[in-house]
Formats: sequence, structure tokens, C-alpha cells
Amino acid sequence: MVEVPSTAPRAAPATRRGPAAWVGQIILYGLFALTIGVFSHWPPYHHLSGDEALVKLSIVHAGKPVSDCRQRTPEELAKLPPNMRAATNCPRERSPLVVELDIDGKPAARMSAPPSGLSRDGASAVYRRLPVAAGEREFAVRMRDNARSAGFDYTLERRVTLKPAQVLVIDFDPHRGTLTLQ
Amino acid sequence: MSLAAAPKLWRRLEQLLDRALGARANPIRHLGALAFLAFWLLALSGLWLYAVLDTSASGAYASIEALSRVPWSIGGVLRSMHRYGADAFVMLTALHLLRELLHGRFRHFRRFSWLTGSALLPIIAVSAVGGFWLNWDRLGQFSATATAEWLDALPLLGSTLARNFLTTANVSDRLFSLFVFVHVGMPLLLVFGLWFHIQRITRAEVFPPRPLAVGFLATLLALALALPIQSQGPAQLASIPPSLAIDWFILFAHPLMYATSAGLVWAIAMVGFLALLLLPFVPTRIARPTVAVVDPDNCSGCQRCFVDCPYAAITMAAHPSKRAGHQIAVVDVDLCAGCGICVGACPSSTPFRHIEELVTGIDMPQQALTTLRSALRQRLQQHAQSSPHDAADTGPIVLFRCSQGADASAETAGDVITLPLICTGQLPPSFIDYALRDGAAAVVVATCRLSGCTYRLGAQWTSERLSGAREPHLRAAYRDAPNVMLIEADAGENREIDMGLTTMRARLTQFKATSV
Ligand code: SF4
Ligand code: SF4
Repeated sequence: MVEVPSTAPRAAPATRRGPAAWVGQIILYGLFALTIGVFSHWPPYHHLSGDEALVKLSIVHAGKPVSDCRQRTPEELAKLPPNMRAATNCPRERSPLVVELDIDGKPAARMSAPPSGLSRDGASAVYRRLPVAAGEREFAVRMRDNARSAGFDYTLERRVTLKPAQVLVIDFDPHRGTLTLQ
Repeated sequence: MSLAAAPKLWRRLEQLLDRALGARANPIRHLGALAFLAFWLLALSGLWLYAVLDTSASGAYASIEALSRVPWSIGGVLRSMHRYGADAFVMLTALHLLRELLHGRFRHFRRFSWLTGSALLPIIAVSAVGGFWLNWDRLGQFSATATAEWLDALPLLGSTLARNFLTTANVSDRLFSLFVFVHVGMPLLLVFGLWFHIQRITRAEVFPPRPLAVGFLATLLALALALPIQSQGPAQLASIPPSLAIDWFILFAHPLMYATSAGLVWAIAMVGFLALLLLPFVPTRIARPTVAVVDPDNCSGCQRCFVDCPYAAITMAAHPSKRAGHQIAVVDVDLCAGCGICVGACPSSTPFRHIEELVTGIDMPQQALTTLRSALRQRLQQHAQSSPHDAADTGPIVLFRCSQGADASAETAGDVITLPLICTGQLPPSFIDYALRDGAAAVVVATCRLSGCTYRLGAQWTSERLSGAREPHLRAAYRDAPNVMLIEADAGENREIDMGLTTMRARLTQFKATSV
């Protein structure tokens, strides 16, 4: 082995000290704080433009059965297992829900929602958000929940003055059986 | 700039910060550990907030708002740190993922960590967004409604969640319990997921180096004091807040949804998530690493390789010799990175053994230890025969360098014998005294930078073995010898090696001059 006098440091240090390292750290932590401080608040978000209100049309309602109950014929009854021989057969499938909304006489939403569930025997749901200009508006809502009827089973017409940023909810009250605006 | 340049650019940034701050204080070398620290901060501050939170729809807002009324109170500061900590956690996690992606660390033996990490992303998203609902202010109202509308866009849910937020009366205490569950239950799931994420690596860095931890926490504290988080008024579902100070780190998806559509945000989320999950399975030309092989006759069962393996790829089993208590190392081929660090750890790896073929306890078939020893011998002999033996010749310098790290420049003079290793962790320290006794004038070992090691612990173990802090260690006589040098240099930092070699030559010349 060759003996050599020591002169230079070994590996570069994993920790640096001195003014350069301090300045570097201050810049880095400053940038980090700035990024977090800024983007946790800014830029502000404007969900609606200043003079808009929001209409939420949201109805969950089970339509009427697609057809009436009927009596089973004796032959049909005979084919069924004895414990299932009910005289009347009521269809489970419900009518789709048809909802229309006009604002100031112009069509704003036309929706048809199928009943939920594998046997199509659950409630139908419609949901729509509509930003509209604030001010006095004429709302006309129509809903059909019976596939066998031609017209609309429920209607509501109302003039409402909407304030900017107001949320107007159009819903259906199942207890009173009426469409509601609130 | 093409996408292919991104990894190089990232590496440059890492090196730049290394030079400015040192690797230990370089945050982008410790992103995962910093994210862990942010998580611990969230857990602790969250516990405090949970203790004061009124978990009812009507009382939640007031209970949190009260914290911020007293300026610089503990509760107020913790609340702000909880929020900024969450922002930092999200940012650090995203950067950690980006870094691993740019370094190509998602394939083969890293697949497990990549997949378990990716799986945490949705949990993180739900935990983070859910926190805003608990503080039932206008921002919480906006976020909860937007999330419900987003979920309703999936046909299978029957489209009714958003009805919970039509009117204030709809928001029941039961719904609020669900919020609490989301923001407490999901982070608990995250703890489990994080534990899982680091299962396949030994000595996972779950706490950053002290200076970094202090700097990070101090920055968040300063931010919390300077810019305390304020609520944005109690939730009022009858109106839309006209302007919201939104947290873009966490809530960016809501404005994106309203600017585009719920369907598009779903598509981005699903495609992005699937891409992350499929990435490790994309066929590649990068071959699976050749794995370490154990030789039962030379394995004494000492467990050093088991302890040093960075990927928990080695287990100890009963030795086929059947001697009581005699163990053998067993390599799990799916986990082995092929780094060779175990070879450097094995006590049988000494080149002084008088056997023609150097067989050790555990070896790398692609670069067996015996080939390294013969290459070293042969090159030293060649040098002895060919060198001019004039006054200027100071003798050969043996450079053991990491193939993943820097190389000496092309114009390196003929006095350097370069022997590349898979990772310098593969080098048994006894090779250094072997080289010096066999004719080398000096030995330079070039590792990657600490925390920059492709195989995680190679650079650290090398430095510890050479300084005597870890077995197998370099013989004491050589530890502070001026003709033994350890250099840290990442890929591309060839200058560091050149400078080291120049320094070494100067030392050798100086010695020659004084000894004449
Ligand atoms: S080669 Fe590396 S990953 Fe494989 S067993 Fe050895 S130390 Fe572990
Ligand atoms: S270090 Fe070598 S001797 Fe020790 S257990 Fe591993 S292979 Fe066996």
C-alpha cells in the first residue's frame, strides 16, 4: 500500500451549512408557503355570474302502475303453484315520469325518467340545475306520472321574482300531491 | 420540450437542490417522507378538532368558527395547520407520484409499491374533500352539493343524493354523521393503506431528516399564523355563495365539473386511475432484473444480507445442511431488484480467499464476484506491464463506480482502472484493501448521492461500511487513508468524479515528491 498524506475532503457532505444553504432554504420554504397560501384561497370562484339565480328542478316520485290489476282466469290459476294462486294480478312496473318546465313561456327542460329497480317498480328521479337571469320570471311546470293518461297529471304556474344567487327549488309534495316552488 | 426530456429535467432539479441545500435538506428527495409527516400533522390536529367539533348539522359551524374568533389561539392555529397540512399532503403526494413516475420506478419489483400507492389516491381524495363538509360553511355546502351532483351522474345510484342539499331542512344530523364517518373513517383506512404501501421496502423513510421536518412544520406554522383559515359564513342552501375562496389543491374538481360536465370529470378520474394501475403491466423493453442467487455451501446464515436488502426480498430459512439452528438466505425472485447490495453484505464475499473461482454466499449471476476479482487483477497486471514507470507515473487509481450514477469523463487518462458495479452496495469493502495490496495506488468509490440511490440504501450502506459503522466494514487502517476516497455523484454529475480523480492524483504526486 502506498502511504499518501491527506489533503482533500472525502465525499460531498449530505448536509450543507453556510449562508448559501440558508438562503436556498429560505427561498424554497418561502415558495412552498406562497404556493399553499395562494392556491388554498385564490383565485376566487364565482359559481354564478353576478345577476344569475339557480333553479333546481328535483323530483323523486313513483309513477302510477303501467296497467290496472286484473282477475286471473281459472286456467292461469291452475298453472300456478297452490301457494301463489292469488285471484288478482297487479303489474309491478310503474310509469315513467315526464316533467316539463317552461320559463317565461319558453321550454327550459323536457325530461322523462324511467322507474328505478330491476322490475321497474321503483321511483323515478329527475334533477336539473338551470342558471337563470334574476328578476321576475314566469314558471310553468307540468308532470305526468301515468303512462295511460295523455295530458299532464300535475301542473303549476307561478310568477316568481328571483334575487341574484337565489336557489329556487321545484319539487313534488307526495302528501299533498302537488308540485311546489320554494 | 418533449416529454422524454422530463426525467432528465427532474434529475437536474434534484441535483441543483442537492448542491444548494445538501441531500438531507433537499425536499424533493424526501417527498414520500414529507407526505408522511403532513399526514401525522393532520392526524394530531384532526384529533384536537374532532374533540371540539359539534357533530350536528346545526352546531358544527359555530363550534369550528369559535376556534378562529380568538386570534392565535391553539385551536385556531391547529385548524389552519390542519387545512394547510392537507394542502401540503395533497401536493406532496402528487409530487411523490410524479417523481417515481419520472424515475421509471413502477415496474417489476416496484409494482407492489406503485399499485398500493395508486390505490390510496381515491381514499386521499375522499378524506380531503370530506373535511370541508364537516365545517358546515358555504364552502362546505358548495363542496357537498357538487360532490352529490357528481355522484348522481353515475346512473347506478338512482340520482337522489343531491336532494339532501335542496333545503336546509333536508340536512339532517344523520347525514352529518355520514360526513363524520367519511372524514374519520377514510383517514383510518388510509393509515392501513400507507402501512401496506411500505410493506415491501425495508427501512421505509416515514419521517424526513430532522432539518427538513423542522423547516416544513415551521413553514406551515408561519402560514397558519400569518393567514389563518376563516369560515365563509354558515351554510345557506337557499342561495348560492356569490364568490368562494376555494381551495384549489383539494376542490379543483368541482369548478371543473361545472365548467364542463360531471361525465367528463368521471372520465378523467377513471381513465387517470386506470392508467396508473395498468402502467406497471405495460410491456417494456426494460428487462426484469436478474436476481440474486444463494450458494448453500457458502451461506453461514449470518443474516447480513437479510438485514441489508432494501426490498425485503430475503428471508431466512432452515439450511439444507439440517444442522440445528443453521439458517440459509432465501431470495424471493418477485421482490428482488437485482441490486447486489446483499453481495456487498456477505462475509463470504472476501477476495482474499485462496480459491480460483471466488464463490460467495449470495451472488449476482450477471456480474459474479469472481469476475470482478479477475477483472481487477487482470487490469492491475496490465497496468503494471504497460505503464512507463517514469517520474510522472503515480500508479493506477481503481475506480469502483455505480452503473446508475455518474461516470468518469471519456478523456479519463490511462491511470484509472474503472470497474462498474450494479450498485456500489455490491462492493465488499475488502475489495478496497485487496486492490491496494495488489498494486493500486489509490481507490475511489463513486456512489450515487444519499437519498438518490436507485436501490434506496446502496449509497448509505456503502458509506457506512467504508466508515466502519456497518458490517462488513473496511479495515480500520484504510478508513481514513488519503488514498481511499468516497464520492457521491448522481447520473450526469461526471464532473464530481473528475474532480475527485484530480484531487487523488494531486495527493499521489505530492506523496511521491515528498518521498523521493
Ligand atoms: S439483489 Fe438487492 S433486492 Fe435482490 S436480494 Fe440482493 S439486496 Fe435484495
Ligand atoms: S450474508 Fe451471505 S452468509 Fe450471510 S446469510 Fe446472506 S448469503 Fe448467507
